[in-house]
Amino acid sequence: MGNIIINDLWSFLKPEIFIAGGIFIILLADLVIRDNRKAIHFTALIILIAAFASALLQMGTESFIFYLGKGNNHGLLAVDPMSTFIKLITIFSTILIVIFTITSEEFKGSKFKSGEFYTLLFGMLLGMLLLSSGADLIIIYVSLELLSLSSYVLAGFIAGSNRSSEASLKYVIYGATSSGIMLFGISILYGLTGTTNLYAIHTILVSPHVNYLTLGLSILMIFIGIGFKISAVPFHFWTPDVYEGSPLPVTAYLSVASKAAGFALLIRFIKVGFISSVGTNGFWNFYENFDWQLFLIILSIASMTVGNLTALWQNNVKRMLAYSSIAHAGYMLLAIAVLSEKGMLAFLVYIAIYMFMNLGAFYAVMLVANKKGNEEISSFAGLGYKNPYLAFGLSIFLISLTGIPPTGGFIGKLYLFIALLDGDMYWPALIALLNTVISLYYYVRIIKEMYLTKALDDTTIETSKTELTFMFALVAPILVFGIYFTPLVNFCTNFVRILGF
Amino acid sequence: MSGLPILTLLTFIPVLGMLIILVLPKENPKNIKITALLMTVIQVVLAGFMMSGFNYNAGGIFDQASFQFVEKFRWIEIEGGSWIGKIKIDYFLGIDGISAPMVLLTAIISLIAVISSWKINTSVKGFFALFLLLDTGMMGVFVSLDFFLFYVFWELMLLPMYFLIGIWGGPRKEYAAIKFFIYTLLGSIFILLVMIGLYFSAQEVLADGSKVYTFNLLSLMDKSNYTADGILSPFNPANLRLIAYIAMFAGFAIKIPMFPFHTWLPDAHVEAPTPISVILAGVLLKMGTYGILRINYPIFPEITVQLAWYIGLFGVINIVYGALVAMAQSDFKRLIAYSSISHMGYVLLGMSSLSVAGINGAVLQMFNHGTITAMLFLIVGVIYDRAHTRGINDFGGLATQLPMYTGFVTVAFFAAIGLPGLSGFISEAFVFIGAFGYEPVRILTMIATSGILLGAGYMLWTLQRIFFGEKKEKWASLTDLDTREYIMFIPLTIIIFLLGVYPSIMLDIMSTSVNSLVDFISNNSALSSFGGI
Repeated sequence: MGNIIINDLWSFLKPEIFIAGGIFIILLADLVIRDNRKAIHFTALIILIAAFASALLQMGTESFIFYLGKGNNHGLLAVDPMSTFIKLITIFSTILIVIFTITSEEFKGSKFKSGEFYTLLFGMLLGMLLLSSGADLIIIYVSLELLSLSSYVLAGFIAGSNRSSEASLKYVIYGATSSGIMLFGISILYGLTGTTNLYAIHTILVSPHVNYLTLGLSILMIFIGIGFKISAVPFHFWTPDVYEGSPLPVTAYLSVASKAAGFALLIRFIKVGFISSVGTNGFWNFYENFDWQLFLIILSIASMTVGNLTALWQNNVKRMLAYSSIAHAGYMLLAIAVLSEKGMLAFLVYIAIYMFMNLGAFYAVMLVANKKGNEEISSFAGLGYKNPYLAFGLSIFLISLTGIPPTGGFIGKLYLFIALLDGDMYWPALIALLNTVISLYYYVRIIKEMYLTKALDDTTIETSKTELTFMFALVAPILVFGIYFTPLVNFCTNFVRILGF
Repeated sequence: MSGLPILTLLTFIPVLGMLIILVLPKENPKNIKITALLMTVIQVVLAGFMMSGFNYNAGGIFDQASFQFVEKFRWIEIEGGSWIGKIKIDYFLGIDGISAPMVLLTAIISLIAVISSWKINTSVKGFFALFLLLDTGMMGVFVSLDFFLFYVFWELMLLPMYFLIGIWGGPRKEYAAIKFFIYTLLGSIFILLVMIGLYFSAQEVLADGSKVYTFNLLSLMDKSNYTADGILSPFNPANLRLIAYIAMFAGFAIKIPMFPFHTWLPDAHVEAPTPISVILAGVLLKMGTYGILRINYPIFPEITVQLAWYIGLFGVINIVYGALVAMAQSDFKRLIAYSSISHMGYVLLGMSSLSVAGINGAVLQMFNHGTITAMLFLIVGVIYDRAHTRGINDFGGLATQLPMYTGFVTVAFFAAIGLPGLSGFISEAFVFIGAFGYEPVRILTMIATSGILLGAGYMLWTLQRIFFGEKKEKWASLTDLDTREYIMFIPLTIIIFLLGVYPSIMLDIMSTSVNSLVDFISNNSALSSFGGI
C-alpha cells in the first residue's frame, strides 16, 4: 500500500515534489552560500526548470491521488489536463519572475534576502500547484492559505519601505477576512452534503433535497475567497493598493500566477461540483440549483467595467496596470461564464497570452522604474526617444493588452468572442467589446506619454542588452501568436479536459 | 496570369521598405526618404503591371473563378475535438473591378504622399517606417477576400495613423489622434462582432467533403452555405441580420465618415501633416464605402434593398450638411475637410440607387474623390508651408503673384464642383442618373442636387477670397511652386482631365463587376424565406 502511494506521488506529483524539495534546497543553500546571491538565483532557476519539464512530461495524464480510503474512489488531489496547464502557466511565470528579480533595482540592496525570498516564492508556487489540483475542500483551503500567507510576506518584502509594509498589511486584513468567510462557506457546504470532496459533493447535489437557499449562501461565501484571489469586483478593493505597494516582481507575479491558480479553483469548483455532464456540443449541463451563468456574467461585467473605468483616472502606471488586471479578470471570467468547452478553451488561450503580455508590461515598467525610482506616468515622458527599444516593447505589450491585431491579445479576445457568440451571449459580448474601446484610452495614454510628450528632464533610461533581450523574448510570442496562432490553440485544446468530465 | 504573386508583392513591398528603413542609420535622412520613394514607385509600377494583365470581362464579386490574380492558401488550420469544429482561415487575395481602381488609387496616392513628405525633418526614420506600414494596411484591405484577413489589415492601420497624426501633427495633435483612434476602434468592434456572427452562420464545403465554418467572404455570399439555425443565417426565422447589417454599416460609416459619425474627421485633418491628410482623404475614407460594397451589399442583399432609402438619406445629409458647414469655415483645411465629407455623400447616394449607373458612379466617385481631395489637401499644404497660416480671410489677390499655383487650384476646385470636362463631373452625373432612376430615392436625389450649388458656392467664394481681390503686402514674399510640387500636382491634374474627357478608362475596369454586383443583389434580395429582423 505504501509503495503504491509513493509510486503515485512520483508519477503524478513531480512538479510539486520538485518545488517542495526546492524549498529545502534553497534554505540550505542560503545557509551555506549566503553571500553568493547569484548562486541562489541560479539554483532557483534550475529547480523551476526541472519542475516545468516534469509538468510538461505529465501532459495528458489523469488520476486521483491520495485516495480517501476503502470503497471511496475519489482522491484529495486530481491531476488532469486543466490542472497541468495551470501548473505550466504558474511555473513558467515563476521562472520569468526569477529573471525579474535578478534585474530589479528594488532587490539590489544589501537588505534583500534572496534565500528568504525564494523560500516564500516557492511556498506560493507550491500553494498554487496544489490549488490547481485540489479536489477536496480541505486541501483547497490549506493550499489557498499556503499561497496567501507566503504572498502577504512577499508583498511587504522591501524592508523599511512604508508603501510596501502598508500593502502587506492591507493584503493580510483583506485576505484573512475573505478566507475566513470562505471557510465558513465550506463548513455550510459540508453541513449540507456531509463531505468535503468535490466529486462526492457532485453526486449528492443531484438530489433535489438540498436546500437551495443554503446552498446558494455557501456558494457565495466560498466565492468570496475565490473572487479575492482573482480580484473580481466587488472583492477587488485590495488590488490597487497591494499592487502599487508591493515590489514590482511580486506585483507582476500576483497579477498572473496567483490569478491563474484562482481561476483553476473556480473552474474545478463549478465543473466538478455542479454540472451533470458535458454535452457533445461542448456545453455543460447543469443541475438546476444555482444560476452560475448569470452570477458569473454579472461579476465579470462589473469587473471589466469598474476596472477599465477606474484605470482611466490613474497616474501611476503600476496602479493602472492593477486596474487593468481587474478588467482582464473580468474578460477571463466571462469566458468561463459561457460554461462550455469552447469557453474553457478561450480561457486557456487568454490566460496563456495574458501571461506574456502582462508580465511583459510589468517588466518594461520595472526597467523604467529601476532608473526613475517611481512608476508615475510622467516618468515615461519621451521614452520613445530616450530608449526606442524599450518603448517599442512596452507599446507592443499595451497594444496586445488592448486586443488589437496583429498581436496575441487579439487572438485571446477573438477566442473569447467566438465562445460568447457560440453561447448566444450577445449582450455580454457587446459590453466586453465596448470595454475594449474604453481600455484603449488608458493604454494609449502611456504610449502617448512615451512618444508624443516631450521629456521633462534629460535623464537617460538605459537598459542592458540582457534586459532588452529578455523583454524581446516576451514580445516575440505575442507577435508570433498574433499572426500564426495554430500552435498555441492546438496546445491549449489538449488541456481543456478535467478529470471525470 | 503569371506565377508572380503580384497582390502579395503589392501589399508587402512597403513592409519590406519599412524593415530596410529600420536598419538604415538615422543620421542620413535622405537615404530613408529615397527608400520610401523607391518602394512606392515599385508599388505603382506593380499596380500598372497588374492593370496590364487585368481582364475587363471578369465579374468577380461572388465568384472566385472570375476574381483575378487570386492567391489562396491555408493560413490557420486547427483541428478541433467533438465540441469544437475545425477552424480554418485562408490567406485569400484577389481583385475584381471594384477593388482594382482602389488598388490603383492607393498606389498612386501613396507615391504622391511620399513626395509630399519630402520636407518632413523630425524623426524621419519613424515617419517613413510608420507610413509604409500604413500603406500595407490600406493595400491589404483592398485585396483581401477573407474576412479575418480583411479585419487584420483594417486594424493594422490604426496604430500607424495614430502616431502619424500624434507625433507629426499640429497643436492639438494629441486630441485629434486619440479621437481618431477611439472612433475607428469603436467602429471596428461592430465589424468584429458581425464577423464572428457570420462565421457561426455559414459553413463552407471543403475539397474532402467536410463542412467547416468560414471567414471566406465569397462563401458567406452564397446562401446555400448558411446553416439552418445560424444567428445570421437567412434560413433562421429569428435571425438578427438587420441588426448585424446596421452594426457593420455603422462600423464602416465611421470611416467614411457618415453623418453623425463624422466629427473625428475635421479634427484629424486639421491636425494631421499634409501627407497624412492626403492619405486620409485619398485612401482611408474609401475603405468605409469599399467595405460596404464588398461586404454589406453582397452578404446581406435583401437588407440592402430594404435599407437603400436610408443609405440614400444619409448620403444626402452628408452632401448638404457637409456643404453647409464647409461654407461657414474660415480655416482652409477645415473647409476642405468638410467638402470631403460632402463629396463622400455622393458615393453613398450612388450606392443607394442599386443601379448599374449609380454604383458605377459611386465607385468612380471614390476614385475621383481620392485624386481631387488629395490634390486639395496638397494645395492647402503648399500655402501653409509658405505662409504658416490657413485662414482664408488672411489672404487675397494671390493670383497674380502665384499664377501656376492658382492654375492648379482652379483645376482642383472646378473638378470638386463638378465642372464638365473634369473627372468630378462624370462621377457625380452617373450618381445622379442612377439615383434619379431608382424610384425610392428620387426625391432625395432632387434634394442632393442642391449640394452642387452649395459646393460651387463655397468653392468659388474661397477662390475669390484667397486669389482675387486686393493684394496684401505681407504676402509679397511668397514664391510660386517648386519642382517637387509640380511633380505632385501634374500627375493628379492629368488624371483629373483624362477621366473628365475619357472616363471609359476607369469605367471599363469596373463596369463588369458592378453589373454582376447589381445582378447579384437583385437575384438574391427577393427570397421569401428571408424573415426575421
